[in-house]
Amino acid sequence: MIDLYQEELLEHYKSPKNSGILENPTVKFHDTNPLCGDEVTVTAKIKNKFVKNLKFESRGCAISVASASKLSEQIKGKSVEEVLKLDNKFVLDLIVVPISAMRLKCALLSLKAIQKAIIQSEDK
Amino acid sequence: MKQLLDLKKDFPILNEKVNGKPLVYLDNSATSQKPQEVINSITEYYTKYNSNVHRAVHTLGEKATLKYEEAHEKVANFINASKEEVIFTRNTTESINLLAHSLQISKSDNIVITDMEHHSNLIPWQQICKKTGAELRFIPIDKEGKLNLKQIPIDNNTKVVSVVHISNVLGIINPVKELAKLAHQYGALFIVDAAQSVPHIKVDVKDLDADFMAFSGHKMLAPTGIGVLYGKKRLLQKLPPFLTGGGMISNVTKDASKWADIPNKFEAGTPNVSGAIALGVAVDYLQNIGMDEINKNVKELVSYLMKRLLELNNISIYGPENGDRTALVSFNLLNIHPHDVAEILDKEGIAIRAGHMCAKPLMDILGVNAVCRASPYFYNTKEDIDHLIESLKKVQEVFK
Repeated sequence: MIDLYQEELLEHYKSPKNSGILENPTVKFHDTNPLCGDEVTVTAKIKNKFVKNLKFESRGCAISVASASKLSEQIKGKSVEEVLKLDNKFVLDLIVVPISAMRLKCALLSLKAIQKAIIQSEDK
Repeated sequence: MKQLLDLKKDFPILNEKVNGKPLVYLDNSATSQKPQEVINSITEYYTKYNSNVHRAVHTLGEKATLKYEEAHEKVANFINASKEEVIFTRNTTESINLLAHSLQISKSDNIVITDMEHHSNLIPWQQICKKTGAELRFIPIDKEGKLNLKQIPIDNNTKVVSVVHISNVLGIINPVKELAKLAHQYGALFIVDAAQSVPHIKVDVKDLDADFMAFSGHKMLAPTGIGVLYGKKRLLQKLPPFLTGGGMISNVTKDASKWADIPNKFEAGTPNVSGAIALGVAVDYLQNIGMDEINKNVKELVSYLMKRLLELNNISIYGPENGDRTALVSFNLLNIHPHDVAEILDKEGIAIRAGHMCAKPLMDILGVNAVCRASPYFYNTKEDIDHLIESLKKVQEVFK
C-alpha cells in the first residue's frame, strides 16, 4: 500500500542530513508551500561560486523533509551554476518513488528554496 | 451495526473505487458529494431549457427564469428569509467580499472577527482595513478553542461583527445569537459565516437576528460555483452594489445608472443558472430528510469519530472533546505530517483533508502548521469511521 513510504525515504525523514541553520551563511532563504504549510529555511555558504556548505531547516511532511535531506547531500560542493540548472526531474530521480501531482510541490520545495537563495544573492 | 441513514445509494460517487478500494469520503467540510437528483437537474437544464434569465421572452427563457427565481424562494424558505433577501453569489468568499466592499467602511471604524475564522471571513476584512485605515480586531479563543466571550473587543466604533458559525477546524458551534445581540447593542452590523452550519443544522436568520449571512452551495449537496448572501431587506436596499454591469440596473444613460431592485442589484452579469436551480433541488433533498434528522445523525457520527480517535495513542485532537461541536474533528498523529497521513489513507480509499484548512492564524495559535481533518456527512456510516481508525493505526505502524 505504501511504496511511497519506503524505508530509505523514511530514514531521511526521521534523521535528515544537513539539517538546521548554518552560522554566518552567505545566503539564506525561507520558503513555504502554502498548500500544506510545509516550511523550509535554507542557509548556505557560497565561496568562489561554489556551494561549500548548506543546511535545510524543514518543517513539513516526509516527502519535503526527505527530499531536502537527499538534495543537500547532492548540492554540497556543486557550483552555483550547476545548482541553478538542476530541474524537477533531478529531485524526482533522487526520491525514486513516484510522486503524485499533489505532492510535487512538497518534493520540490527545497530545490526551489536554494535556487531562490542563490538568485537573490546574485541580484544584490 | 445499524446504519443511521441508509442514503449512500442516492450518491453515485460513493459507489466509486479509489486506488482499488471502495471510496470512504470523509472530506465533507471541504465539499459534500451530490445526490443523483441534483446531478440530473443540471443535465435537465442544459438538455431541455438552457437559456438566459430575466431577458428572453421565448419559452425556454421564461422557464429558466421561473426556475431560477424559484431557487431563490426555496433557499429563502430554507433559512426563513424572504425571496428578495437571497442573493446568489459564487460562494461564501464572494458573499463576504461583497459586504466588505459595499459596506462603506471608514477610518474611524473597527471590525470585530474571531481567532478561528476561515480566510474567507478574514482576508476581505483585513484588506478593506488596510485600504481604509479601519482597525481589525479579534475575539480570542481559550485553551479549549472556544471563543473567550469575556474578551470581546467591541465598542461604539465597531461597524461590523463577523463571526464563523461552526469552525471549519475546531467544529465548535459559536453562540451567534448572543453575539448578534451584543453587536446590535453597540449599533454594529452582525454577519454570520454559515458555510459549515447551513449544511448541518437548521439555521433561521430571523431567530439569529443576523443582518447578513454567507454560505456556499457545494457544501450542502449543490454544485460548486453557487453561493448565497442573505441580507435583511432594508439593509440590502440601502447597500450600494458590489459588481456592476449587466442585469442589475433599472435604467442607464451615458452619464448615470439606476439600480434594479434587490436581489438583482447584487447579481450582476449572467448568473450561474444551472447551479442555482441545482441548489434549489439540493435544498429540497435536505428538507425531505429534515435538518433535525441530519443534525442528529452527523452529531452521532462525530461523537463516534471522537470516541474512536481517542482510543489511539499519540494523537492530539483540536477543540473540546465534548460539548457544542459537530461536523468534523481535526487531529494530528504525533511526529507524522498530516499530508503523509492523508496520502496513506488515500491508498486505502479514504479521503480526509490535510493542511492548514485555510485558517492560518488559527494554526499559529494552535502551534501547528497543518492538521488532519475528518468530516462526515449524513450519508456516512460508523463502518466508514471504523475503516478510518484501522487505517490510522496502519499509518502509525509505517512511521513507528
